[in-house]
Amino acid sequence: MSANTERMRSYRRAAVTLLVVAALYEASARSGYFAPALLPTLPTIGRTLFAMLLDGSMLGHALYTFYRVMFGFGLAIVVALPLGILMGRFRTVEGFFLPLASALMPVPSLAWVPVFILWFGLGNTTTVLVVFYAATFPMLLNTWSGVRSVNPLWLRAAGTMGADENAMFWKVIIPGASPFIITGMRQAFLRAWIAVVGAEMIAASNWGLGWVIFDAKEFLNTDIMLASLAVIGFIGFVFERLVFGSLERATIQRWGMVRAAKS
Amino acid sequence: MPHIEIRDVSLIYDTPSGSVPGVQGVSFSIEPSEFLCIVGPSGCGKSTLLNIIAGFLMPTGGEIRIGGKIITGHGMDRGVVFQDFAQLFPWRTALANVTFGLEMKGISKAEREKIALEQLRLVKLDKFVRSYPHHLSGGMQQRVAIARALAYNPSVLLMDEPFAALDALTRDEMQRLLADVWRETKKTVIYVTHNVAEAVYLADRVVVMTPHPGTVKTEIPIRLARPRDPLSVEFLEHQKELLRHLGGEAGKA
Ligand SMILES: Nc1ncnc2c1ncn2[C@@H]1O[C@H](COP(=O)(O)OP(=O)(O)O)[C@@H](O)[C@H]1O
Ligand SMILES: [Mg+2]
Repeated sequence: MSANTERMRSYRRAAVTLLVVAALYEASARSGYFAPALLPTLPTIGRTLFAMLLDGSMLGHALYTFYRVMFGFGLAIVVALPLGILMGRFRTVEGFFLPLASALMPVPSLAWVPVFILWFGLGNTTTVLVVFYAATFPMLLNTWSGVRSVNPLWLRAAGTMGADENAMFWKVIIPGASPFIITGMRQAFLRAWIAVVGAEMIAASNWGLGWVIFDAKEFLNTDIMLASLAVIGFIGFVFERLVFGSLERATIQRWGMVRAAKS
Repeated sequence: MPHIEIRDVSLIYDTPSGSVPGVQGVSFSIEPSEFLCIVGPSGCGKSTLLNIIAGFLMPTGGEIRIGGKIITGHGMDRGVVFQDFAQLFPWRTALANVTFGLEMKGISKAEREKIALEQLRLVKLDKFVRSYPHHLSGGMQQRVAIARALAYNPSVLLMDEPFAALDALTRDEMQRLLADVWRETKKTVIYVTHNVAEAVYLADRVVVMTPHPGTVKTEIPIRLARPRDPLSVEFLEHQKELLRHLGGEAGKA
């Protein structure tokens, strides 16, 4: 199986990169040029991470953050998927929402945090809304492009076979646009994950990975900060690979609508 | 009464650079269970005409009647097969592509799979029912498309150069298969091609179109016994006659 050896090779390359970066970091931490409080060694970070995992605090923070991400991300999909489809199908909907999306999209989601805090106070509502804001636009625009790129032959064929508007929607347009929809979900998830950490730094209290990092700064707990960063990266990576990777393999790769990445 | 009547049909495309005639004043009719080929050089308006008959395009002049009724759009009395292999739904298996029309009719799952299996057997694809289109060759994909168009039992089958993108050997095989399918199902077929040998092999009658802007030049009945032998003298005579009407240059394509 050449695909398997290909995959092994890419894993090995990734491992080498990680090892080199880790070695460089460790060398700098031990060089004596930097204060250990600012650049803790990897074993120190590892011990902190281990302790936080053991006492359950890391799990708590991660769960809070994950919950906020999924809530905002889910909301974004519920809103942006139908809206993007309607925009791709109907000129009037497109005419109304496209300028709105174009105007709102360039505003960084974090710029809304102070405004949302004024409106909704500190806490979950604000963080979830920021995540929602960040995730909506990639989902919306990808879905919209996906619908417009649906092969007209599929629509014609479905039409002659008696598909009504409802069947057209669910059985032709959604699967036909699925490569774009899945790309939209991927991008939306990434944006959501980035936004949540930022929003938690400002708007969350007591729980959340973003909050831990920000809070640790007060006490110069660099090891906690770096351990939390590692957890953020790890969850994002695993989710991306596991969830979206398998979603892609089960759908658009299986259908031959996109090819598997070479390596 | 003819099954399909095409009366003085014209279509003018509105494009940003002005209006382009698609077809001009086309009239002919098709009897029930007749196999009619439309032959003409590229760009003469064959696809335009077929799309009008399918109901995808509204003619700017004239009318089309199927079973005496003027058509106003696409309908399940017609099945359509396009040239492009991409017409199949890539997210559905061969079987699920064929069941689509039956699903739209509200037929139960067991029943529609039974019908779809019969159709796939008819096009000799019963071993590939669970395959997705991208795992099938071009010829197989076109066979699925034919089965799909026949499955919900339309009385008319419209085909736009369905085998034009296939290699010559596969094309011959597909023509034989289509002739068999037609003999068994007795559909009224309108088949567009620019390949003269294909028209002589398949058709009861050939409508020859003039180059752009297309109109009917002549109609030639092909009264050869089936199955036809492409190497027989009569076959070659018909081919020559068609080529003469086309002016020679289109037959080579
Ligand atoms: N969508 C379209 N818009 C404008 N002109 C078109 C369109 N489709 C076809 N035409 C023009 O109409 C004429 C007939 O095209 P077509 O029916 O595709 O010919 P054929 O199928 O015989 O090759 C051509 O001159 C072509 O350029
Ligand atoms: Mg054509």
